[in-house]
Amino acid sequence: MIKIENLCKFFETNGRKTWAVKNVNLHIKQGEIFGIIGSSGAGKSTLIRCINRLEEADSGNIFIEGENIYSLNKKDLRYKRKNMGMIFQHFNLLSQKTVYENIAFPLEIKGISKSEIKDKVETLLDYVELADKKDAYPSQLSGGQKQRVSIARALANEPKILLSDEATSALDPKTTKSILELLKQIRNEFGLTIVLITHEMEVVKDICDKVAIMENGEIIEVNTPIELFKNPKTKTAQSFINSLKTTVEGEYINPKEFKGKVIRLSFLGESAKEPIVSKMIKNFDIEANILSGNINELVSTSVGHLIIELLGEDNEINKAINYLKIQNVNVEVI
Amino acid sequence: MAKLIIPSLLETLYMVFFSTIFSLILGFPLGILLVITEKNGIWEKPILNKTLNGIINVLRSFPFLILMILLFPLSRIIVGSTIGTTATIVPLSIAAAPFVARVIESSLKEVDNGVIEFGLSMGATVPEIIFKILIPEAIPSLVLGITLTIINLIGYSAMAGAIGGGGLGDLAIRFGLYRFQTDIMIISVIIIILLVQGIQYLGNKLASTVNKK
Repeated sequence: MIKIENLCKFFETNGRKTWAVKNVNLHIKQGEIFGIIGSSGAGKSTLIRCINRLEEADSGNIFIEGENIYSLNKKDLRYKRKNMGMIFQHFNLLSQKTVYENIAFPLEIKGISKSEIKDKVETLLDYVELADKKDAYPSQLSGGQKQRVSIARALANEPKILLSDEATSALDPKTTKSILELLKQIRNEFGLTIVLITHEMEVVKDICDKVAIMENGEIIEVNTPIELFKNPKTKTAQSFINSLKTTVEGEYINPKEFKGKVIRLSFLGESAKEPIVSKMIKNFDIEANILSGNINELVSTSVGHLIIELLGEDNEINKAINYLKIQNVNVEVI
Repeated sequence: MAKLIIPSLLETLYMVFFSTIFSLILGFPLGILLVITEKNGIWEKPILNKTLNGIINVLRSFPFLILMILLFPLSRIIVGSTIGTTATIVPLSIAAAPFVARVIESSLKEVDNGVIEFGLSMGATVPEIIFKILIPEAIPSLVLGITLTIINLIGYSAMAGAIGGGGLGDLAIRFGLYRFQTDIMIISVIIIILLVQGIQYLGNKLASTVNKK
């Protein structure tokens, strides 16, 4: 659906080049919710803007349905953009226009008849559950309502791709959840491909099918959220996952304070449901002391983390660790 | 006294009304051009932008009276005379146009770049962005800018009176200054003050009524 090849974009400040996007290669499939996560300044905003050419890349190509959008002239680009919706962190609603007029805007510039516009806008208003706010102005709406309007507006042209630029970053956690639910629903019902950028692991964990981690303009890791949670390859990925863990964990536990061996276990899906730890204690001559743990619900499965202290003979401990590994549990000695 | 004041007031209103319209016709497109052609604008044209900026700055540097005198030949071509209220509308409009361009420019620049980006992301053309996003979003600020223009033109028209333009300024100078009829001068000035106050009040009121933000 979207294929990004060797994309580069730099900014020049005082004669010094800074890379906003550096050699990015990505392949985003039809119907996928693809997340790009990174801290601020990682270049993710520039990257997503390169997809509809709000930013022009310095080199590289982006193919959308096989068509290289960097070879399009202005007119064709505008036409192509009508097939892509975009939503923004600060909603970017037209402040002097009503909710209805905001949603009608993309249809007006498409040049369809007033009655068609009316039907379409009303359907969309119902869809985002804002029919009663039709004549309200954006300033009279809450953040969540504003984002719903902007989603309806982005969907007006029946796009194939929805680009989401930190769409939930200005919203509270509860509203974020409802907006993410709406995005998921849209994908499921219309088969839309959604590319979203975020700095919140919550977002990735809740709706993304695939996630790319971006740092200093480069994509350093691409994976499914499940694999990422289970086995993050990079420090940045690890720190994003850690940001999710609400309890004291990992770096906060100092293994030197414990007599035994401190290990971190990561369970995934089915293995999270089996009594592996209790079996381990029964099978080997060791004792286990639970230091912390949590379970994260992902899109389709769950990932559990457990930090335990193992007490006993070294030999038995090693056997126990081997046993865990055979049970498909990721073991990390801290 | 009313026989003197009322015709002069009407002359002033006539001059201000038409020169506001003509200066907007000249200055509004210039203001739009200034915004869209600047760096990172939606129709980036650096050379055009620099040229326009230069011309506007030069025109705005001229003392108004000098500019008016320089433009008198143009009045003769357009309205066939250099004296009288109608003839004054020509230099007034042209002299105010660069001012209007700057006022419009600053109003349009207040529009959040995010909504322009939205327009681009929807595949809107440059004219669509100008007329369906930029101008509608700037309406409250444009109302205030136009109010400012009208008030400025009242001031200009009073000065124009001094060189044969007619209106309240002319009255104040002819009777008040040259004939020592202080009362007429005072009344003329009071009427101008009331005019300015009234227009500013209406402008503010209108701007806040139309603003939905």
